[in-house]
Amino acid sequence: MSATVAKTLDLQGLNCPLPIVKTAQAIKGLAPGELVEALATDPGAVPDFSAWCRSTGNELIEQTEEGGVYRFLIRVR
Amino acid sequence: MAVKESQLEVPAHEHEEHVAHKKLVIIAWSGDLDKVWPQMILATTGAAMGMQTTIFFTFWGLFSLVKGNVRITGENWMQKMVAMMDRPGMEHLKLGKMNFAGAGPVMMKRLAKEHSVASPGELLELARDLGVRFVPCQMTMDLLGLSREDMIDGLDEPAGATTMLLESQDAVTLFI
Repeated sequence: MSATVAKTLDLQGLNCPLPIVKTAQAIKGLAPGELVEALATDPGAVPDFSAWCRSTGNELIEQTEEGGVYRFLIRVR
Repeated sequence: MAVKESQLEVPAHEHEEHVAHKKLVIIAWSGDLDKVWPQMILATTGAAMGMQTTIFFTFWGLFSLVKGNVRITGENWMQKMVAMMDRPGMEHLKLGKMNFAGAGPVMMKRLAKEHSVASPGELLELARDLGVRFVPCQMTMDLLGLSREDMIDGLDEPAGATTMLLESQDAVTLFI
C-alpha cells in the first residue's frame, strides 16, 4: 500500500519535548486521516511518539530507523 | 496514490480508553532555572498530548513571568529589595544548585544549546501557542508588589488557591 504523505516534519537534532510538541503543532491544520511523516534523531522520541499516539488517538502506522534517523508515519485522528 | 476513504477511519473508542486524565495543572512555585525548565517542558508536553493545561504561578514562580526589561518590581522598599536580591525575568533565573554567581546557568544554557534543548523562554512561547493557560497568583502579586504591567502579556486573570484546587480536582496536578 502506498499513500500520500501530507506533511514531512524534520525534527532531526531536536530534543525532548520538541519532537512531540512540534508534531502536535504541525498536525493542527490537518484533516483526520491525513498522513504525517516525522524524522527524528532523539532516541527518546521512540517511546514518546508511541505514548503520544496512544494518548491523542493519532495512529502510529509505521516506525523505522535508518542510520540513526527514526521515521514515524502517523495517521492524523 | 491517494489513501482510500475506507483506510482513514480510526475507531473513536480507541482514543478514549488510554486517556486517564485530560487535564494537567502545574503549580509553578519555584523560580529556579532547573525547576522552571521542567514546568515548561511538562506544560508544552501536556498540551501537545491534548491535555487541557493550566499553570498557576505562585511565590517565586511568578518572577519568571516578569518582562525581561523590568529590572526592579515592587512598590515599597522591601518588595524592591526582594527584586534586587533575586532579579526577576525568564532570562535571569538562577540554578537551585551549582549557581556559582551565575556561572552555572551560563554553562547550562550553553549545554542546552549544544544539545538542541529548548530554553524555558522558547518553551513558554510554544506553551502559549498550544493554548496553555497562565494564571498568576493574586496573593503573591500583592505580596511582591507585582503589577500586570510588570508581567508579560497574554496571562489569564489572577486567581487564588481555591480556583486552582477546584481546577485540579479532576486533573493531574504537579507542584514544581
